[in-house]
Amino acid sequence: MQQIPAPLWTLVIGIGVTLISLWLGQNNHWLPEQASEQAPLVDELFNVMVTIGTALFIVVQGAIIYSLIRFRRRQGDHSDGLPIEGNLPLEAFWTAIPAIIVVGLSLYSVVVFQEMGGFSPGGHHHGGTMVAQAPQSSVVDVPTNLLAQANDAQANDIYSQMQVYGFGATPEEEGKAPDLTVNVTGMQYAWIFRYPDTGIVDGELHLPVGRDVQLLIQAQDVIHSFWVPQFRLKQDALPGQPAELRFVASREGTYPVVCAELCGAYHGGMRTQVIVHSQADYETWVNSRLAQAPGEAEGQTLALGHGPKDPLDRIADQIAIAPQQMVRLTNQLKPHADGLPQKG
Amino acid sequence: MTSADLPLSAPVAPSSHGHPDRWKWYDYFTFNVDHKVIGIQYLVSAFIFYLVGGFMAVLMRTELATPDSDFINPNLYNAFLTNHGTIMIFLWIIPAAIGGFGNYLIPLMIGARDMAFPKLNALAFWLIPPAGALLVASFFFGGAQAGWTSYPPLSEITANTAQTLWILVILLLGTSSILGSVNFLVTIWKMRVPSLGWGQLPLFCWAMVATAALALFSTPVLAAGMILLLFDINFGTSFYKPEGGGDVVVYQHLFWFYSHPAVYLMILPIFGIMSEIIPVHARKPIFGYKAIAYSSMTICLVGLFVWVHHMFTSGTAPWMRIFFTISTLIVAVPTGIKIFSWVATLWGGKIRFTTAMLFAVGLLSMFVFGGLSGVTLGASAFDMHVHDTYYVVGHFHYVLFGGSVFGVYAAVYHWFPKITGRLLNERLGQVHFVLTFIGTILTFTPMHQLGMQGMPRRVAMYDPQFTGLNQLVTLGAYILAVSVIPFYINIIWSWIKGPVAGPNPWNALTLEWTTASPPIIENWEVLPVVTRPPYDYGQAPAEPAANQESLLSNPH
Repeated sequence: MQQIPAPLWTLVIGIGVTLISLWLGQNNHWLPEQASEQAPLVDELFNVMVTIGTALFIVVQGAIIYSLIRFRRRQGDHSDGLPIEGNLPLEAFWTAIPAIIVVGLSLYSVVVFQEMGGFSPGGHHHGGTMVAQAPQSSVVDVPTNLLAQANDAQANDIYSQMQVYGFGATPEEEGKAPDLTVNVTGMQYAWIFRYPDTGIVDGELHLPVGRDVQLLIQAQDVIHSFWVPQFRLKQDALPGQPAELRFVASREGTYPVVCAELCGAYHGGMRTQVIVHSQADYETWVNSRLAQAPGEAEGQTLALGHGPKDPLDRIADQIAIAPQQMVRLTNQLKPHADGLPQKG
Repeated sequence: MTSADLPLSAPVAPSSHGHPDRWKWYDYFTFNVDHKVIGIQYLVSAFIFYLVGGFMAVLMRTELATPDSDFINPNLYNAFLTNHGTIMIFLWIIPAAIGGFGNYLIPLMIGARDMAFPKLNALAFWLIPPAGALLVASFFFGGAQAGWTSYPPLSEITANTAQTLWILVILLLGTSSILGSVNFLVTIWKMRVPSLGWGQLPLFCWAMVATAALALFSTPVLAAGMILLLFDINFGTSFYKPEGGGDVVVYQHLFWFYSHPAVYLMILPIFGIMSEIIPVHARKPIFGYKAIAYSSMTICLVGLFVWVHHMFTSGTAPWMRIFFTISTLIVAVPTGIKIFSWVATLWGGKIRFTTAMLFAVGLLSMFVFGGLSGVTLGASAFDMHVHDTYYVVGHFHYVLFGGSVFGVYAAVYHWFPKITGRLLNERLGQVHFVLTFIGTILTFTPMHQLGMQGMPRRVAMYDPQFTGLNQLVTLGAYILAVSVIPFYINIIWSWIKGPVAGPNPWNALTLEWTTASPPIIENWEVLPVVTRPPYDYGQAPAEPAANQESLLSNPH
């Protein structure tokens, strides 16, 4: 490493690499549109990593390519290269710089995580009351609106007695009850959404824009994973273990709900959608659903859940679960109020 | 037992050393205790399984050329994805890199006549064929379909017989790995020729120390997790059954406590191989010998404390997400030290573009990308989005194919003359490299984009909007499939008819090049004396005169 390039060249290359990296960091467009208030936080972290990563990539690959060309063996040359065995300052430099970068990135990632509500799943500091039936072992308290809806205290024990995983209230919403709670159940190969406030059950997730939404996620059979790419949020649905995903949908539209954890042969077909409505549209949807007779609503819902564009339709004949069967499955779920299977 | 009293394994008239002068072809199919025979047994088995695993990948990519599940039955698809992963990890990279090159090279590099425990060594290898047979047999029962991770409850309710066989396969291979690791550690510790100090130990041996230690710490935990799963499936226990009071997340901890270190098991030996090949073909001493040696040990240590980054979206408490984000990103530091040291080794060299060097440099290039995408995955807030997507598939293939497989290829091109006594055809090697390099980029780069845009992994069907990129990936996969053809032709043809290599065709300085190619049965007539550091290139003329001086001026 005796041949340090001329300072001017270093400067020019440095500026060039910096500009390219900064540009790519801001203009990569590799992530889908942002539809939750959490998404820009994640994307900002990603863009910072792209910026740093691009700079490192260009510098290291550049050094490799430069070396391969500049230090290739010329014809007839049978001598060896320079006997350089190390350079302590240089080695200290390329140990320290990555160390500083990764510690910085870790801390930044933790901060983003906190802003997304990653430190308060289960609502440790929630405004709700402590759960009466299990005060001695309560690691979390349960949202008041969920308690109010509970007709099976045991089912809610799972949220009061166990560690709840996922994302809870963001620091700004800390202490406030969510505007809307939806119980989400994953089963082979469908998502069931229940609205405890209104009793609506649906195969698609309907949400009002700009409101603080809490999903309480459970799995009926095997592990599934609830993912909305446009929200940048993902949480596994674990049998016997409660999980929470709390967020604010920030843009009206229809987005895919994807199962991200291998759950069986038709895992790839376990898709539905989330429809983010304006507040008025959301109320219209709720009222239209409430107007239907309760019995027929469920059957219709689940049939509706498989709209014409649903990927499950393409394989519907192969899948064991027909809409009628799904109604039956849903009814089986009923004893566990709100779709939370009892802990045996 | 010492290496000196090698037991007989073939009923041939014994020579003065108690074994025949050279092995016959059928000795390679027996319980032979010669480390070189065992190394070749590992390598050949691994290269057979590589074709099987690759065939499954080609079928999967053909299925994914169209969005619909229209080529193979989705149950069979899941069996392929499960066994593709299992084979490539447990029956290809680990046996090739650790079992194959570890066994073949370590005694030769440290001046020993064999491994410390030759019978244990043979036993470790002979667990592999039954494991492979069981894996094939599992396909008669539908094949394990729950992914190579085999998370319960899915693994407990799907294809129970096949899943049970799969667990037995993992247990056999895990046992093999533990036996091999004990052997490597004791051999390197106790059997170096007296003149070889720790500071002159070739870096491949340092890497194998780290690998073996890591395997010894982590593999028993996997075995425990697998045995509990076996009991849950077959004997009615409820370790992982929530309805019986079990916990599905406990399995994930037991699994990943091994299986994250497993990625270091697959890359640390390759790092060692890189540190051997680059100085030889760049004709320069390795840059920063101590830093590279210690960084292997650091990766081994830190690698034991990063496993939860596979579980950020699972049942993971917030403090774990913080701790494991930080520990995961710290691994980038020792890895970076290695990368920078190799680049610095190239700098100022006289680089010979042999096929071994092409693959080594290709690996370096791939690993820079794979390492950077790994850092993004380690940051838990971003991992929330891309976990369990094709982004992850792209990342780990960049480091496992672009890393480990490139490394195995490089090692084959580098040590084939030693192992067989014959040179490989360089022209075919160049064709192999170009096809592999292009195929790798084409296959695994678009996967990152697919994952970020919303395509989950392990699916047999996907949204039509992803068709274009998937077809690009499938094209790349076909190129990779074709790329192995010149390689296998080259191996078979050169093994039979290749030009004779001589003891040291690369003019390298480590001890394995001081004996004949292929080495005689106990490696040397007279054990070598180490007079120079292992990478003493560019110093005063080799061999005779410089001996005394270079002994005294060992810079390490």
